[in-house]
Amino acid sequence: MTAFRHDVAVVGAGPAGMAAATAAAELGLDTVLFDEQPAPGGQIYRNVEANRDAGSGLAGLLGDDYVRGRRLAEAFRAGSAAYAPGTSVWEIEPDGTVGTLRDGRAALVRARRIVVSAGAMERPVPIPGWTLPGVMTAGAAQTLLKAADAIPDGPVVLAGSGPLHYLVAWQLVSAGAEIRAILDTTPRANTRAALAQLPGALGQLAQIRKGRRWIAGIRAAGVRFVRHVSALAAVGTDRLDAVDYEADGRKERIETPLLLLHQGVVPNNQLADSIDCARRWDNVQACWHTQADAWGATSVDTVAVAGDCAGIGGALAAEHRGRLAGIDAAARLGKIDAGTRDRLSREPLAALRRLAGLRRFLDTLYAPAAPFLSPRDEVVVCRCEGVTAGELRDVAAHGCMGPNQAKAFTRAGMGPCQGRMCGLAVANVIAGARGRPVAEIGAFRVRPPVKPLTVGQLADLEGVSRDIASLDAMPTRPGDEAGETA
Amino acid sequence: MYRKRRDADRQRVRIDFDGRTIEAEAGTTVAAALLCNGVVAFRDPVVSGTPRGPHCMIGACFECLVEIDGVPGQQACLIPVREGMCIGRQAPLPAVAP
Repeated sequence: MTAFRHDVAVVGAGPAGMAAATAAAELGLDTVLFDEQPAPGGQIYRNVEANRDAGSGLAGLLGDDYVRGRRLAEAFRAGSAAYAPGTSVWEIEPDGTVGTLRDGRAALVRARRIVVSAGAMERPVPIPGWTLPGVMTAGAAQTLLKAADAIPDGPVVLAGSGPLHYLVAWQLVSAGAEIRAILDTTPRANTRAALAQLPGALGQLAQIRKGRRWIAGIRAAGVRFVRHVSALAAVGTDRLDAVDYEADGRKERIETPLLLLHQGVVPNNQLADSIDCARRWDNVQACWHTQADAWGATSVDTVAVAGDCAGIGGALAAEHRGRLAGIDAAARLGKIDAGTRDRLSREPLAALRRLAGLRRFLDTLYAPAAPFLSPRDEVVVCRCEGVTAGELRDVAAHGCMGPNQAKAFTRAGMGPCQGRMCGLAVANVIAGARGRPVAEIGAFRVRPPVKPLTVGQLADLEGVSRDIASLDAMPTRPGDEAGETA
Repeated sequence: MYRKRRDADRQRVRIDFDGRTIEAEAGTTVAAALLCNGVVAFRDPVVSGTPRGPHCMIGACFECLVEIDGVPGQQACLIPVREGMCIGRQAPLPAVAP
């Protein structure tokens, strides 16, 4: 086992990671931040340093909420935390080991504490035809705008629900993209349910008004906006030709080479899951949350989670959650006492309480319609291995207990994405078929490497002893020797 | 499928995609460069045989896998272009002899 090289290793340079690394370094900890992107910002503030207002007007297009990320990046750059951009983290271990890959070189480094701030990904939207080239996520189009200043070159249809759906639509309208239609899948019943949550969100009225403004802007531009859309399907053979849907009891078809789907975002919790951090199923957000205390400390005592990877809270909350994880690391590693920790934590904790009411309102209003969580039989759920919802229901009917057994029966979750795209739907479909809650059905067991690593890169690993005897010290986990099937 | 909103005066690099030379802005990702040059399908997966293209653009879906300088399985949406990079559409694995 290698010696500790850092006090804290932070994974991910979004708002949570930047804030965690900045706070930890400020409080005297030797801190390193690993991030897959070439520049800090995460997905929400992607490329924020480069997209300055001069010239392109891109900063104006992306809005103030985006530009505010620059302040976080500046504070992080000005601080003493070491920064490793372009670096994937393919493994973490409870002993503080972090497996990294940069420029094709794999290495293991060890830190006394790990803060995972891996952010969120868009909820995969399993509909008929969603594997066709030309079907992308709304976030993908936004990424192309932020990172490449590119917009769809031809007609586009957006279909979905949630703040990012409207924001991307508004940004594409403003950028001059040709939008054929915006299909809104928010179920009618959600509005009524969300009204009950409205009082709690009133403290953040400005945020709600902003959403209304996007929608008003889209409509003012004369873009076709269809509400209460269901039965969404992508149509084509080798690439997307059209999108089918139903609204007001009528079937419609719109021809388009590009369809952007969105049903909210879900935690990217692969790393925390890979070391068995305790998790719980969140019924409102319909996803797993890594269990953590107010400072992000997980059931694995060397590892904290911060930001959306532990449960969706949004970018503003992520910043506060990151700061709390950084402060707590300093307390745990003896740089500050408990009293100082509590005093420094007061402000971010209060800010999080203010944001919580808005989150509950948004989660209720934009909860995905049932078919997006558990699609019809013919819909491909596992894109990599081409496994349909029907095949999963079939194995469930034959006694398959959960996702890990379903892997063995169907190969669902065994392709290159390692279950990132199908994990939630596989659990939902089996839960539905067995009539059990998802919490009881469980989730795919996640194993490292969680990012692609060649055998050659593994063989040339830096930071491990060449002494073969050290293999005895390789960490093993309960169950790994027991020959369990999944 | 996508186009640049405007041409930035950034340095440009040339990459090769399946024998075709593509110009791209330095610093952009392989996936963005291909999408802005009319490439929609990036690979033919082993299992379904139907073509696939980028879906999430943040490294989660693994649909944009391409072969880069001889190494297959590279995530085009995460890797920046480099001058002279040789990119290949990823074909299904060759059939294994019985």
